Amino acid sequence: MEHEKHHIVSYTSHLWIWVILLVFTVITVGVAEIDLQKLTVVVALAVATVKAVIVGAYFMHLKFDNKMLTIMASLVLLIFTVFLTITLIDYALR
Amino acid sequence: MSATTAIHDEHRDDFGAKMGMWLFLFTELLLFGGLFLVYTIYRFLNPEDFAHGGHELNLFVGTVNTVVLLTSSMTVAVSISAIQKGNKKLALSMLWVTIAAALVFMVNKYFEWGHKFEIGLYPGGDLFATLPPAERLFFLLYYFMTGLHGLHVIIGAILILFVIREINKGIIQHDNFAFHENAGLYWHLVDLIWIYLFPLMYLIH
Repeated sequence: MEHEKHHIVSYTSHLWIWVILLVFTVITVGVAEIDLQKLTVVVALAVATVKAVIVGAYFMHLKFDNKMLTIMASLVLLIFTVFLTITLIDYALR
Repeated sequence: MSATTAIHDEHRDDFGAKMGMWLFLFTELLLFGGLFLVYTIYRFLNPEDFAHGGHELNLFVGTVNTVVLLTSSMTVAVSISAIQKGNKKLALSMLWVTIAAALVFMVNKYFEWGHKFEIGLYPGGDLFATLPPAERLFFLLYYFMTGLHGLHVIIGAILILFVIREINKGIIQHDNFAFHENAGLYWHLVDLIWIYLFPLMYLIH
């Protein structure tokens, strides 16, 4: 039986990732209190995306696993972004 | 009698299992993606009504639930590192913390929804009926998306209970943890979806 070498992420690195995610949560709630007009949603989604990438890379091990998984996940996200963009363009130009 | 001493060579494909789990997660992503698409279009068309609906939500409960889910994601990740290091005790306690977090999340959700039901802010309720159509749509999406997400929290917690059982039985070990990892991936997906649901529902202006 052959086993792939697994990267073991240290406990402290998980804790740090958790702290960073909490900081981003504080930022996103804090920024929402400030009135940035149309920028509010952009900032909220940008922060959410940073959090999502951190969760994917570290908690979901994408950074340490076979790169094929990262490529697959990126493709799915790309497809979704294309759906979203095309639909938005369609509604914006009606 | 040499046949009786045959070595039991188990067939396993841990990477295949993980890739299969990711493929499943992609279908989940597109399931929620469709709902996010509907949300985005109708919010784009009715920004005021959606903002008004968002203000009705309890930001405090939403923030607490965000912290609870992020913490539970961290404990699942630590439990996977622990099982790889052969530390069963830590792995189990971290998974129980995750179960506890799932319970806290759902109890918060119960009170959050319960309050809205009391004031008639649900499809068919008195207050709901007085709202403009787009704000009603906001609440329909709110109930459907957070409800579907809540269902995923329950399923994820049940999966983690199975992981705990397999660790106790000695099936999941330092060199056999594919199921543990896959259940973890599912739990992180639940967290990922909430990361987007939270600002879109609770933080709109």
